[in-house]
Amino acid sequence: MSWSPDDSVIKVQRGPEPGGVGGGYRIFGETLRGLKTTFARLVEGPTTIEYPEEKTPVYPRFRGRHKLQRFEDTGLEKCVGCSLCVAACPADCIRVVAAENTADNQVSAGERYAEVYEINLTRCIFCGYCEMACPFDAITMGNDYELADYTRSDLIFTKEMLLADPPEHTPLRREGE
Amino acid sequence: MTTLLADTTLVESTLVQIVKTLVIFAFVLAVVPMILLLERKLLGRFQGRYGPNRVGPYGLMQPLADVVKLASKEHSTPATAVPWMMALAPAISTFTAVATLAIIPFGDTRRDGLFGADYGLYGIDVPIGLLYAFAFGSLAFYGLMLGGWASGSKYSFLGSMRSAAQLISYEVSQGLALLGVVMMAGSISLTEIVEAQDHVWFILPQIVGFLIFLVAGFAETARPPFDLPEADAEIVAGYNTEFGGMRFGAFFLAEYIHVIVFSGIATAVFLGGWHGPGPPILDPLWVLLKMFLFVLLFIWVRATLPRPRYDQLMAFGWKVLLPLATLNVLVTAILVVLL
Repeated sequence: MSWSPDDSVIKVQRGPEPGGVGGGYRIFGETLRGLKTTFARLVEGPTTIEYPEEKTPVYPRFRGRHKLQRFEDTGLEKCVGCSLCVAACPADCIRVVAAENTADNQVSAGERYAEVYEINLTRCIFCGYCEMACPFDAITMGNDYELADYTRSDLIFTKEMLLADPPEHTPLRREGE
Repeated sequence: MTTLLADTTLVESTLVQIVKTLVIFAFVLAVVPMILLLERKLLGRFQGRYGPNRVGPYGLMQPLADVVKLASKEHSTPATAVPWMMALAPAISTFTAVATLAIIPFGDTRRDGLFGADYGLYGIDVPIGLLYAFAFGSLAFYGLMLGGWASGSKYSFLGSMRSAAQLISYEVSQGLALLGVVMMAGSISLTEIVEAQDHVWFILPQIVGFLIFLVAGFAETARPPFDLPEADAEIVAGYNTEFGGMRFGAFFLAEYIHVIVFSGIATAVFLGGWHGPGPPILDPLWVLLKMFLFVLLFIWVRATLPRPRYDQLMAFGWKVLLPLATLNVLVTAILVVLL
């Protein structure tokens, strides 16, 4: 039984052969069409977002610079220095040194707290695994993506920097935008 | 048919000629940076972006910054180059471009004696008219040719070879396209061609000639889509690859003056020159407006059309434009004799 093509076979559509009077006519027509297209862009206006003045809004789940969270009511740090984020980090960029909370130095809500909490943002791949590994939602990914700096050591963010609010807030993309 | 040459009965005083020269020269040199900015701005808009807007308000100081940058840059000479020719080439380009400006008519001959003398609103009304433009147009090609050859670099050489072939090919069609107008006007003087368009602009009866002239003009000015001599994607920048600083600036200036010259000639020959409603005092404004439209068209086309392949360019010039132009001349000649 020989094979016969059915409806699922799409025939290749070829343009007309170049050259001749028809070709000349088409060249002229296509030129005008091209001119129309560019003119439409002129009427439409620029789509540029003038970056330093105007920032691209990010989506709510955008993974930007990390933040360390505190309890809103007590002001205590959520991080208990368990180092699960260190274990989860595929880029090995987090360093945590835990210490015991004492009665006169209650830093976190648990028994221990992170005495040192550093993220080396030059190595961080912004995968968000630390956020997922954290049992207390102590470390979260923020929205800030403007992380350029002059030296590499400036990009090792310490605990104080991660606890503080970022100096500028990246605009958040609203629903349906 | 009367004489083909211009009316040379108008004798201007030397003072008037000097003033005219200075005004035209200064005006065009002032207009070139504006066109530069306009082009970059409009190109941006055509491509859905803003164009330069950082230097000064709305980027208005951009041409100034460009010129300062060009003037303060060093120009290097490759080891294989011929230095004195490299210095000469941009000068030839600029000189020929500026010289052609002289014949663009901005207005009629005035005999009202405003400066205590008769004067015409053009640089000179040379008797040979359009031939003058073509002569300097051909000389301009030596600038590109020498520049490319003297650079001693293969890309520059390729660029100058391309410009040689392209300019010669399209000059023929351009000349033939104008021949129809010359026959209808019965003169090769630009002012008399404009005067002959008192009732109807030559763009209507000579629409084919106009289109050929336009396309050939894009090739003659080496502007996109026919910028093969400096096709940056293929041969870096063609003849001006090795040029830096103000020498490159001179080539650049020449290119833009060529655009202005082309617009001026096209205005005078096809768009009725200074003819337009209003008192005669508005004549130069009409010429400038029409020239401005041509400059806009140049920018618009640059933003739109891709560069053809080199063999396509040659085939188009010799196989399409030249027969069409010849046919146009024949038909015009027959009609001029019959009517």
